[in-house]
Amino acid sequence: MSDNLVINNLRVNVAGGEILKGLSLSVKSGEIHALMGPNGCGKSTLANALMGHPNYNVDSGSVTLNEIDVLELGPDERAKLGLFLAFQYPTAIPGVTLANFLRMAVSAVRIVDGNDAATTSLVPMREFRKELRGKMEELGVDDSFARRYLNDGLSGGEKKRAEVLQLAMLEPKIAILDETDSGLDIDAIKVVGESVNQLVGPNLGVLIITHYPRLLNYIKPHFVHVILDGRIVESGGWELAERLEAEGYDAIREKHGVEFVQQTDPKLDAPIQI
Amino acid sequence: MTSGFTRESVAQISEFQNEPPWMLERRIQAFQIFEQLPLPKTNDESWRRTDIRGLNLEQFQLVTSNKSQTNGRYSELFSGVEEQENSGLIVQNDVSVIHSTLSDFLINKGVYFSGFKTALDERPDLLENYLCQTIQSTENKFNAMHNAFLQSGYVLYVPKGVVIDFPLRVIVSLSGESTADFSHTLIIADDESQVTILEEHLSVDQQGQGLHCGGVEIFLGRNAFVNYAQVQNWNKKVWNFSTQRAKLERGANLRWITTSLGSRLSKLDQLVEMNGEGSHADLLGLTATHARQHIDIHTYQKHAVSNSTSNLLYRNVLKDRSRTVWRGMIEVDKGAQKIDSYQQNDNLILSKRARADTIPGLEILADDVRCTHGATAGKIDQEQVFYLMSRGLSYNQAEQTIVNGFFESVLQRIPLEYLRNQLQKSIVGKLQLN
Ligand SMILES: Nc1ncnc2c1ncn2[C@@H]1O[C@H](COP(=O)(O)OP(=O)(O)OP(=O)(O)O)[C@@H](O)[C@H]1O
Ligand SMILES: [Mg+2]
Repeated sequence: MSDNLVINNLRVNVAGGEILKGLSLSVKSGEIHALMGPNGCGKSTLANALMGHPNYNVDSGSVTLNEIDVLELGPDERAKLGLFLAFQYPTAIPGVTLANFLRMAVSAVRIVDGNDAATTSLVPMREFRKELRGKMEELGVDDSFARRYLNDGLSGGEKKRAEVLQLAMLEPKIAILDETDSGLDIDAIKVVGESVNQLVGPNLGVLIITHYPRLLNYIKPHFVHVILDGRIVESGGWELAERLEAEGYDAIREKHGVEFVQQTDPKLDAPIQI
Repeated sequence: MTSGFTRESVAQISEFQNEPPWMLERRIQAFQIFEQLPLPKTNDESWRRTDIRGLNLEQFQLVTSNKSQTNGRYSELFSGVEEQENSGLIVQNDVSVIHSTLSDFLINKGVYFSGFKTALDERPDLLENYLCQTIQSTENKFNAMHNAFLQSGYVLYVPKGVVIDFPLRVIVSLSGESTADFSHTLIIADDESQVTILEEHLSVDQQGQGLHCGGVEIFLGRNAFVNYAQVQNWNKKVWNFSTQRAKLERGANLRWITTSLGSRLSKLDQLVEMNGEGSHADLLGLTATHARQHIDIHTYQKHAVSNSTSNLLYRNVLKDRSRTVWRGMIEVDKGAQKIDSYQQNDNLILSKRARADTIPGLEILADDVRCTHGATAGKIDQEQVFYLMSRGLSYNQAEQTIVNGFFESVLQRIPLEYLRNQLQKSIVGKLQLN
């Protein structure tokens, strides 16, 4: 079955300030979308709002995954539904090992029969260990990683690898990668890029938020979107990323200018149908 | 036979137990002080944050005879742990010992491990020298009361050079309605000896109120190594007062784990004296409170000589309307140089109405010392909760995971894996986080 995340005309405020101003986008399984835009334009806001962060308030618009209203759900239910966010700044949880946490998380998203008791049953230890070891090997992550505390005392790059490891273990339907490439060294970008590529198959749709086309050399996006001031102003193919790299955001800013922000372009506001 | 806290009761206890005259004399002395002292009030600096006006001593009864209690629950915490060979176990219910064993192996090595009454019969020498040496009646009414009425608890003596590989276990339980318990822990670890003691305080039923007015004394000889874990798990109607002391001689090493889960109200006063060069104490604390529990712990690390070290870490998790108080003090005496001493207390507050007071203190009269103290109190971090929930954990699971992580820095310093695991389980159970 093909999964479909549809974001329609989403408006989000943070502490009263409107950040997303009518953003529309859809991501299907098998697709790779890249989302690019200058600092502070609302990329992480979109990611957090999609995952249900309590500080990001949705004023209007809709988000559905396979026609289920995502905005009605808590973050844990969204995860169980198949959404995943690799955070730009993963939060440290001291004293909790990555392995113990991941076993709980994997159990939570896999053992879904709805009742509360199920949330406390865990996938068998041996099975889990074997799977984790396999995935760590694929990602070129050191064995000791599993015993380290979650994002605590990890370098920037290590945190990003840990996010990708979680992505690989949790097997979501739609994954949002928020600047997973920043902080990674060149070799790591390659490893991460290749492993995300491996994960992308008919069963995973990906939204990659990035500033650098370098990652996109490894993960070739099918679609590239440019976000400015809280909404998507241009969408295109790979060539759009190349143009951005060459011209910067100024050309696009000029093109859409302030007037654009005021007017509504029904073509751009509608979900992009592919 | 039960009775109140009177001079007659003192005489009765002594007679019933056929005690040596010195013991009766000590009791009477303590009783006189008990009579004179008022219950501590909140204008007393060390009782400022702990109001015991709700305590009515007359509601509690002294048990002055053996009553048979056979259906006492054994252990909440270590139920899965079989009795080990080469080890020992004492189970006490109310004031009676209902089970007491020590392996022949340890008996042959000269280890002594018995309930208080038996010890008074068999080893009055040990008791005369050590018992209540460090618990001053004049300090407060509870100390005086303890010294006047104590008739239960246990004595452990580990002779010079004897190394005990398996933990000795003690269960002190309360089952009677309104029982007053004055159990005393007396541990004497002679030079070069090594021992681990796991002591658990629990209520057999969750309803009966009780009073525990206990004392702990640990004497470590030269290069002795003692691991002592006390898990306080009374029901929520028990008033818990305890004066706890340890004295370390040269090269001695103490690891003391204090876990406070139960009781209506607790007041713990812990003093550890580094009296010999090269002595070291690791003081660990885990406290988990809920409902309207109140737990007040004073710790005191006293460095009397040079080249001694101590490291204290107490962590508290609070729920509902519970309250904790931690007040710490590091004292370095004049002329005691090259001291490393640390104290740290952290509080994780899970609800709006819980309150944690944390008051570190230093009193340093020497100059070549390294002492640090730290104290934190904070609510659960919603970013952490969100991160965990975004991976599929429910709110409760996220909270539980964060609490486990918070206690981990204390637990990881506990060398016994099963103790670690059991403590973690019982904390989670106590806070009912899942
Ligand atoms: N939790 C928050 N509290 C207050 N303001 C916020 C919060 N999160 C985001 N903002 C504001 O919203 C705007 C968009 O921020 P956002 O993090 O979405 O940008 P971004 O596009 O991800 O930028 P970058 O490329 O730097 O990661 C910024 O002006 C930012 O200051
Ligand atoms: Mg961002």
